[in-house]
Amino acid sequence: MNTDSKKIKISPIKKGTVIDHIRKGQALKVVKILGIMEQDIDSVVSIAMNVDSSSGRKDIVKVEGRELIHEELDKISLISPEVTVNIIDDYKVRDKHRVKPPKMVKGIVRCKNTTCITNQKEPVEPEFEVTQGKPVTIKCLYCEREMRGEEISENLR
Amino acid sequence: MIEMFDKDHVVSIKEFKREEIDTVLDNAKEMLPVAEGERISHELDGKILATLFFEPSTRTMLSFEAAMIRLGGRIIGFSNPKQSSVKKGETLADTIRMASSYADIIVLRHPQEGAARLASKFSSKPVINAGDGAGQHPTQTLLDLFTIREEKGGISGKHIGIAGDLKYGRTVHSLTHALAMYGVELTFIAPEALQMPKENTRELKREGIEYKKAPGLESVIDELDVLYMTRIQRERFPNEEEYEKVASGLKLDTDMLENVRDEMIIMHPLPRVDEISSDVDHTKYAKYFQQAANGVPTRMALMSLLLDKSSVVKR
Repeated sequence: MNTDSKKIKISPIKKGTVIDHIRKGQALKVVKILGIMEQDIDSVVSIAMNVDSSSGRKDIVKVEGRELIHEELDKISLISPEVTVNIIDDYKVRDKHRVKPPKMVKGIVRCKNTTCITNQKEPVEPEFEVTQGKPVTIKCLYCEREMRGEEISENLR
Repeated sequence: MIEMFDKDHVVSIKEFKREEIDTVLDNAKEMLPVAEGERISHELDGKILATLFFEPSTRTMLSFEAAMIRLGGRIIGFSNPKQSSVKKGETLADTIRMASSYADIIVLRHPQEGAARLASKFSSKPVINAGDGAGQHPTQTLLDLFTIREEKGGISGKHIGIAGDLKYGRTVHSLTHALAMYGVELTFIAPEALQMPKENTRELKREGIEYKKAPGLESVIDELDVLYMTRIQRERFPNEEEYEKVASGLKLDTDMLENVRDEMIIMHPLPRVDEISSDVDHTKYAKYFQQAANGVPTRMALMSLLLDKSSVVKR
């Protein structure tokens, strides 16, 4: 097997966003978080899953013609904190940064606790404090219940 | 006495610093003669307390009301949401906005967790959490600490056994958190199925608090300074047989008190079912009725501090 066959088989994009180092198996959730299928149906989206990298297997998502906004980045870090975001312009990486879990999470996750007041018809958005980075753990500011891992991705709004 | 209390609302015991708890307990002590009717106070003359009880809790409501009346204030409120606008679908946020424009301080009891936090965001007046579902009930913890301090002359260094449903019981979780601030020796008395959750014991380890576990009362009761009993809820068990199996090791009667420490005290947040037999009530160890009575001075202290947090309480 020559080295070329191990390379990632997704062609470079002219302009857009490459979300790299997504935790293995999470690429489809990232696509869901970004709402790509609902909003950006004109964008070409390439998904690579279970790709070899120096630090083990990973997923990659490439979105053509779209730069991520901050809120979207926050969401990704909750399910895959190791993600790197590359903004591509004219086939070159214009900007590269790692996402970090925010200190606070507001409005993007609902509380898993069905008896939490934020799950009733009240005029508030659910708010969480990020209490731990690895694994990402968030604590509801209202009912004080903690959520981590799958619980967070299952409760994305 | 230098007072330390800087709270706009009382939602969770976790927001209290040790010094703030001490301030509440010191003030509660000063309130005792007023709470017992030996002295008249006009400290909160003209103030209005709104008691918004979205689920019944007779003891808690009466003690808040007694506390306000003892300090010269008055009460508005409800204890049955079926009679209120809530039934028409009003949000808690709107009910709180309305109540905070009528009253000077609000006490809220609500079946949903986090309700008090929400109320504190929408209220222009101090909100006291009187229990929100399986969430927090900070005034219970404060009156528990007050009782231990009054009866034992202090909290630090005492060996405190907490018995009953330690897995689901919110009272014991809040109490454990607060006791950790005082440096006590803890024994959690429950079968493994009802033992203290890891989340809570991890916190104790972080604080450097030593704790032991015991499956039932017999093996540990003679070593305790304080025995804190709680109710085991029948509905948590699939059948009566399972319940009896677990509950039998957590029932207290006078025979078990033969070799206990002379100054040991027994506490219970009430209501009890059959975990403390009624003959224990007549022993010198039983302090649970005194504990319930301590709800009044503790809540007086809290309301007084919240309504006058910038200055020393006038006496």
